Amino acid sequence: MGYFVVRNLYKSYGKNLVLDDINFSIEKGQVLSIIGRSGCGKTTLLRSLNYLESIDSGEVYLEDELLLSNEFPKKENDIIKKRIHYGLVFQSFNLFPQYNVYQNIELPLKLMEEKRKKDNLPSLLNKRIEEEILELLDKVGLKNKMDIYPSQLSGGQCQRVAIARAMALKPDILCFDEPTSALDPELTGEVLKVILELKVKYHLTMIIVTHEMAFAKTISDKVMFMDGGKIVDYGSPDDVFNSQNEKTKNFLKSSITLNQ
Amino acid sequence: MGQFGSVTLELLNGLASSFFLFILTLLISIPLGLLMCFCTMSKFKPLSWLFQGIVLVLRGTPLMLQIFVIFYVPGLLFGFQWPTMNTGWSWFDATFSTRFIAALVAFGINYAAYFSEIFRGGIQSIPKGQFEAGAVLGMSRREIFRKVILLQMIKRIVPPMGNEIITLVKDTSLANVIAVTELMFRAQQQLNKGLIWPIFYAGLFYFLFNALITYLLKIAERKLEYIKI
Repeated sequence: MGYFVVRNLYKSYGKNLVLDDINFSIEKGQVLSIIGRSGCGKTTLLRSLNYLESIDSGEVYLEDELLLSNEFPKKENDIIKKRIHYGLVFQSFNLFPQYNVYQNIELPLKLMEEKRKKDNLPSLLNKRIEEEILELLDKVGLKNKMDIYPSQLSGGQCQRVAIARAMALKPDILCFDEPTSALDPELTGEVLKVILELKVKYHLTMIIVTHEMAFAKTISDKVMFMDGGKIVDYGSPDDVFNSQNEKTKNFLKSSITLNQ
Repeated sequence: MGQFGSVTLELLNGLASSFFLFILTLLISIPLGLLMCFCTMSKFKPLSWLFQGIVLVLRGTPLMLQIFVIFYVPGLLFGFQWPTMNTGWSWFDATFSTRFIAALVAFGINYAAYFSEIFRGGIQSIPKGQFEAGAVLGMSRREIFRKVILLQMIKRIVPPMGNEIITLVKDTSLANVIAVTELMFRAQQQLNKGLIWPIFYAGLFYFLFNALITYLLKIAERKLEYIKI
């Protein structure tokens, strides 16, 4: 089995099947991009992996540990313990407005450390919490903004803080849900650059739902094209972007016209 | 001491009673309202329906009627007596009389119903993304509420809470229907003696008290201004 394996994932809203037999696996350090039209199920897939939506059936494994099945953990603490394997960066950043940049990262990290102490689990920190947070901010190029409030930052800066915050808990898999869709066009570059650096410098395993085709092509080891809740194409960027499948071809053609 | 002085003393005594009714009502109804809000928002439907019904009744009937019911009905039906204070300190025992306690219970429950709806509106107005961000960062629901949602909610509910709090100051006068010796009760006693002006004098007390509260609310709003939602 691979590092991260998704098997036979199904989910429906009433009669509407939104995830239809999703199967894929990625290796450690790989980047998977998920592309497709709005409503194709790509965001639902990401949200299901992060326990924000329940699934009807299927399994998800990380290094042979069962992370997700249709039996949702009943105890909150059990979900939290599984959730720590993932980080999720939202389209709309969702920074906490009452905390400054530093505190936005510190809050979840501190609370997690307290919980782990209570459960006799090892600390997530390799060094003092202040140093860890500064290092994270340095990675996204915002070390000098640590006492600024989110409302005073640009969208691109907000998203970079959100990325640092998601990395603070040292997830095995970092997920991005259309990380640049809420940004002005001139700000997408700085965010994409940071994500690319995470791959090149730190070899993070990432799953990225995106509309940025050129970016997906550059960063991905695997690309998945979804349509109507199904995986239509899955493979290397070359395979998918040169696919002979009619649905994939149509989608890529329309998105390229849009990008121009 | 002239007439003005003695009336002032009399009214100040009433004001103390009104003030304690006001402040103790807030201390009871804010936590109780939060609890009612959680019950109303519960995913366990019977509990939610029960509390929606309770809120409907509490907001749908006159507070004056509720004061009557709380004061008289437990005695009539179950022979229950509201407790009396026996500290021997006559001012204290008179201020926190049986009637005062009954009025306080009625106010506490009634205002909790109003507050619970304000809290519900406040919580529901916060973007879902804030809850989800907390969740994916491994925070428990309790932690999310206390560390992320609460302050944003407070910021949003300051104006509607201000409305209710100012209304409460004036509503304390309703306690005189069961003869709690609050400010309006004392002013009416003067009226019965043939003095009209103390009633306007009492009005001035309410006004100044509310002016002070308005000022404090402004400060609270300013303190929370840095949160841009």
